[in-house]
Amino acid sequence: MADKKQKKEKVPRARMPEQDPDVRRRNFIEVPLGLTPEMAITEAKRCLQCKKPACVAGCPVSVDIPGFITLITENNFSAAANKLWERNALPAVCGRVCPQEEQCEGLCILGKKGQPVAIGYLERFAADYERQNGIGDIPVVEDKTGKKVAVIGSGPSGLTVAGDLLLKGHEVTIFEAFHKPGGVLVYGIPEFRLPKEIVASEVATLEKMGAKIECNTVVGASITIDELFEEGYDAAYIGVGAGLPRFMNLPGENFIGIYSANEYLTRTNLMKGYLFPKYDTPIARGKNVVVLGAGNVAMDSARTAMRLGAKSVKVVYRRSRDEMPARDEELHHAEEEKIEFVLLTNPTQFFGDEDGRLTGMECLKMELGEPDASGRRRPIPIEGSEYKIDCDLVVVSVGSNANPLLTNSTPNLNLNKWGNIVADTVTGKTSKKGVWAGGDIVTGAATVILAMGAGRAAANSMHDYLTIGW
Amino acid sequence: MAKIIYREEMAQGTIILNEIEAPRISRKAKPGQFVILQANETGERIPLTMADTNPEKGTITIIYMVVGKSTAIFKDLQVGDSYYALIGPLGAPTHVEKVGKVICVGGGTGIAVLHPIARALKEAGNEVTTILGSRSYDLLIMEEKMRNASDQFHICTDDGSKGHHGFVTDVLRQVLEKDDIAMVVAIGPIPMMKFCSLITKEKGVKTLVSLNPIMVDGTGMCGCCRVTVGKETKFACVDGPEFDAHKVDFDELAKRLASYLDDEKTSMDAHKNCKI
Ligand SMILES: Cc1cc2nc3c(=O)[nH]c(=O)nc-3n(C[C@H](O)[C@H](O)[C@H](O)COP(=O)(O)OP(=O)(O)OC[C@H]3O[C@@H](n4cnc5c(N)ncnc54)[C@H](O)[C@@H]3O)c2cc1C
Ligand SMILES: Cc1cc2nc3c(=O)[nH]c(=O)nc-3n(C[C@H](O)[C@H](O)[C@H](O)COP(=O)(O)OP(=O)(O)OC[C@H]3O[C@@H](n4cnc5c(N)ncnc54)[C@H](O)[C@@H]3O)c2cc1C
Ligand code: SF4
Ligand code: FES
Repeated sequence: MADKKQKKEKVPRARMPEQDPDVRRRNFIEVPLGLTPEMAITEAKRCLQCKKPACVAGCPVSVDIPGFITLITENNFSAAANKLWERNALPAVCGRVCPQEEQCEGLCILGKKGQPVAIGYLERFAADYERQNGIGDIPVVEDKTGKKVAVIGSGPSGLTVAGDLLLKGHEVTIFEAFHKPGGVLVYGIPEFRLPKEIVASEVATLEKMGAKIECNTVVGASITIDELFEEGYDAAYIGVGAGLPRFMNLPGENFIGIYSANEYLTRTNLMKGYLFPKYDTPIARGKNVVVLGAGNVAMDSARTAMRLGAKSVKVVYRRSRDEMPARDEELHHAEEEKIEFVLLTNPTQFFGDEDGRLTGMECLKMELGEPDASGRRRPIPIEGSEYKIDCDLVVVSVGSNANPLLTNSTPNLNLNKWGNIVADTVTGKTSKKGVWAGGDIVTGAATVILAMGAGRAAANSMHDYLTIGW
Repeated sequence: MAKIIYREEMAQGTIILNEIEAPRISRKAKPGQFVILQANETGERIPLTMADTNPEKGTITIIYMVVGKSTAIFKDLQVGDSYYALIGPLGAPTHVEKVGKVICVGGGTGIAVLHPIARALKEAGNEVTTILGSRSYDLLIMEEKMRNASDQFHICTDDGSKGHHGFVTDVLRQVLEKDDIAMVVAIGPIPMMKFCSLITKEKGVKTLVSLNPIMVDGTGMCGCCRVTVGKETKFACVDGPEFDAHKVDFDELAKRLASYLDDEKTSMDAHKNCKI
């Protein structure tokens, strides 16, 4: 056994083939190109098939990781994809966007001494293989129960609920405010990281399973939840995400050229501004771009700006490199694409010309002090360290809050002090009868997989309600 | 859904009316609210106010001026055609109550936005004086409808082709001097709203304006539509589009509307070339 372990460690972790940084920083084509079947099998064979797999414990939806990896070693890629689907409705998405280093791969035993198994790459491989080569059969749906469910929001969390409840034989209608389903997966995460064709294919599967999708319906404005019940729905799931951009409330923040990340990415991805004028929605193409913040959203904004032709893109962040919350892979890709990180720096005001167009911003240098409530060292301004950065485009990417449009129009729905819906952490039940909630609207901005996990839990509880009672 | 069932050209084809099938929206819509329309998958999301609604028939009416590529594409849509996307009702409705004598000032397509508000104010028991303005009489829209929604009615034209020869602000000043006015609603081009607001501020008369910043989603998720009102940043699509005129930073709004001037020209030129 020990012998086997040593041998396996010697096979290096698969390296994902990628577009060359100098080429890709100017196009919107996906960066990682995917493993070949041979690479996938070699990588899958590195897995030790642990008896008590630590990786599974690190996965928020407990994918049978050793199980699907074994199937890859056996060249049975379709079966591997099906194994993934048992726990995860969107493996092609998760393989691309999950923070594996904090989840499954972070706990993989091989990572203690060397490099963990590339679980994310393998997940992506199996799902892509099945999408491209599979016969496209859809899961068997159970007999109709005659119950109707309204799913509000078509992000990963709503899609998961819809899929699970369809499988259990309920009738599901998804209501989506935008003209295309997918939530952040279509309006936020860029094409070069998550091709939209993948999301469309997942949604098409749901439709084949019988899901109805009503786009262009803003629940709370077009129709209220109480009216949905009057129309005959038996239960509702709220998965509307955290769609309210935070600004910094600094002088000059309304100059032309200052965008929220939500606006910048929505114009680019959902409205396809990067294809202007083929698509009609314009997007500012900055020469000297500054992105404020350091999460995945900030990296997506910075890398988008580079692809839209920027000369320089700076990520300005008030803490240090260690605290940057983006996935490792995003930080690494951003650096390869010549995005500069300006750390321990905080903006204080923006400057503009007489037409109201942004010309620059003032920053303060920071140093790290004592740890704050989040356990991270608190950045403290260094007095007199103000300096100016010239820029013609700023993307404010410092987080988002709960959008009150739906919650304000829904009586008896308890909210916390930040406006997030209060839902049972196990079942997703809200204070309102027949209504569940999950994903970013409950947790605040989090991750795709947590939103999906919440959806899965809620779907189980909703099924109990629809078949047994509240 | 979103099928055009009636269409009319006004003001020499520069302004178009569409009556559109939208049962759900027509039942919910209140005066002052807007919808977002998209002509096709590659199109922009364009906010337009509902000039009228007919819940029995399940329709809404929009009236828009052809100013750029998107509205030019809208103009090509005929009876029987459908919009690719129609979303609404959006925005906060006008707060309608009986306050006494009110003045409604409208210019351009602002008149279409003003109409349901004026009608609701009158129905609520207010005495409505309407002042409409246009460059020339043949560009004036909805004269009859607005007359029916008003107790007193004035027209102003820049070229003197009808009514008062001059700006709406001249008549506004006269009426304010003569009568004890509780509230003014002014909707039209930004300069018109700005100058009306300056006059009413002087007289201390509460004034509402409807703002039209560039929008994307119309649900408060992007911040594109931000306007400064009383030194605070507001999102016009959810906090408005109506605001207290005396607090609005009109100059900032005008500048922000010019954000994409070059791109709009590129778009329009490409559109014209492909039509030739
Ligand atoms: C740019 C960006 C990059 C990210 N990168 C990553 C990453 O790499 N990895 C990761 O794990 N996570 C990432 N995240 C976070 C992740 O995308 C979210 O946590 C996740 O999408 C939340 O899912 P959700 O289903 O709760 O909501 P969302 O995905 O936000 O979907 C909510 C949907 O509800 C719709 N909606 C809102 N209000 C209404 C209404 N009133 N009526 C009808 N529909 C409504 C919205 O239009 C939207 O389509 C990223 C987020 C962003 C913005
Ligand atoms: C809440 C709201 C309600 C509106 N209601 C109406 C209405 O009932 N009737 C109507 O005719 N118009 C209305 N508008 C304005 C309308 O949305 C714009 O005229 C339209 O978006 C122009 O699109 P375009 O592509 O044809 O022109 P573009 O090429 O985008 O622009 C051409 C010109 O119009 C200006 N413009 C661009 N966007 C806007 C905008 N949002 N508002 C005003 N000017 C703009 C530009 O500065 C430019 O000079 C409303 C706007 C808002 C925000
Ligand atoms: S922890 Fe690593 S080696 Fe063990 S089963 Fe999971 S992926 Fe395989
Ligand atoms: S249009 Fe996006 S927030 Fe108002």
